[in-house]
Amino acid sequence: MISRCDRMDNNNTKNAREVVVPGDKLDGGNLKAGENTYMLDGTVRAGILGVKMVRQNTVSVIPLGGRYMPATGDTVIGMVNDIGSSNWMVDIGAPYPAPLHVSEVPWKVAFGDTSKYLNVGDVVMLKILMVDESNKISVTMKDSGLRKLEGGRLVKISHTKVSRVIGKSGSMIQMIKNITDCRIFIGQNGQIWIDGDGLNADVATKAIKMIDEETVRSNLTERVKKFLEKEIPQGEEDKENEEGDE
Amino acid sequence: MSGHSDIVLVDEKGIRIDGRTAEEHRAVKIEAGVLKNADGSAYVEIGKNKVLAAVYGPRECHPRHLQNPTKAIVQCKYNMEAYSVGDRKRPGTDRRSIEISKITAEALENVILTGLYPRASIDVYIEILQANAGTRCAGLTAASVALADAGIPMRDIIPAMAAGKADGHVLLDLNKEEDNYGQADVPLAIVPSTEEIVLLQMDGNMTREEFDHAIEMAVGGCKELYALQKDALQRRYTVDGEEDDSDEQ
Repeated sequence: MISRCDRMDNNNTKNAREVVVPGDKLDGGNLKAGENTYMLDGTVRAGILGVKMVRQNTVSVIPLGGRYMPATGDTVIGMVNDIGSSNWMVDIGAPYPAPLHVSEVPWKVAFGDTSKYLNVGDVVMLKILMVDESNKISVTMKDSGLRKLEGGRLVKISHTKVSRVIGKSGSMIQMIKNITDCRIFIGQNGQIWIDGDGLNADVATKAIKMIDEETVRSNLTERVKKFLEKEIPQGEEDKENEEGDE
Repeated sequence: MSGHSDIVLVDEKGIRIDGRTAEEHRAVKIEAGVLKNADGSAYVEIGKNKVLAAVYGPRECHPRHLQNPTKAIVQCKYNMEAYSVGDRKRPGTDRRSIEISKITAEALENVILTGLYPRASIDVYIEILQANAGTRCAGLTAASVALADAGIPMRDIIPAMAAGKADGHVLLDLNKEEDNYGQADVPLAIVPSTEEIVLLQMDGNMTREEFDHAIEMAVGGCKELYALQKDALQRRYTVDGEEDDSDEQ
């Protein structure tokens, strides 16, 4: 039993990237139903379009698309949508609005003074405090690194591709940062904020869009590297200021 | 429907006017993810029918009073383009499109795991670009592919296909002529994993035996269609030949 699981696990991580669609049987056997799956007559079936994954003795499906669903502790980037007298509504690309209360910002805001600090169209970096049972979201800006993002630009990609943009232990994003010399913040919700001068920021934006579009293709890191080196001749602006942002 | 005419719809060999046998459905082409701005989309051709479906959501439900605090609601809009039929169709919502929107939304509600998104709305838009009988089935087929493409949690994908009666024969997937000059039309949609029926209508008259035979044939057609729907979704995530990611993750 265990050896069989191991083999399947291997298959999965190596090259058998198996795309499953809702309703597909995920190997009855003795596997437990994991995330995005359901049981029907003793067999586990996929509950979403995604990639099948077997870990220990649980089958789950990793979604390939869909809306971002906030999870406690996620760092997200959003745009202020609406202003209330004691809160701001932030669009983080989730199915539900994310209200940011005045008590959750690093400033002392008097009642009704909300627009002095953040206005509609401002981009902020937030952390998900909690998502309750009925999917109501609460967010905070009171943590290290969380702030209003000024200047720069916002790029939106699918939240399922955030891990590809970051790469293995940050390799991909580090490479983009080094070559383009941009400051880049990535939200778990697929919103990416890029700040740098004209051409560099353009190239970084294109590189990220490229990752978003070509996720299924192999050797992505190599491709992106080639693209970046073609667009930005190496040498002069290589290692000027490395800001320790993440 | 039930109009009498001299047209021979099925010849003595059992071959229909478009060359199909009684149990054969029209040529099907399905493509997923054709629109960039929608969360999910699909394009379906069934014979001369051309249908585009787009899905948005789950998203905040407006107007507010439609929200359901326990589950997401499914809103569907079926629309026929003015140029979709021979004579220009008067654009806009009519009684027929309201009916089809309603039955489509209700069929889809059966497979979408709406309980995961309380107060939200999942919006489905079906545009009929070209019609040749069987558009509600083609629309539902496209809509369920678009929903899966949008990454919406669901139990299964719904295929839909009609069977009917023309010239005294029970036929699968009626075309325009068979629908207009035939005796009955029975659109059917099923949940393939459980064989639940989620849509069943009948226009015209049939005997009980003919009806049972029609259902049997339509279920068979639905299953064939289901394979094509799954294939369309899988194709979207496999780039010709080179499929895999050998680097990170």
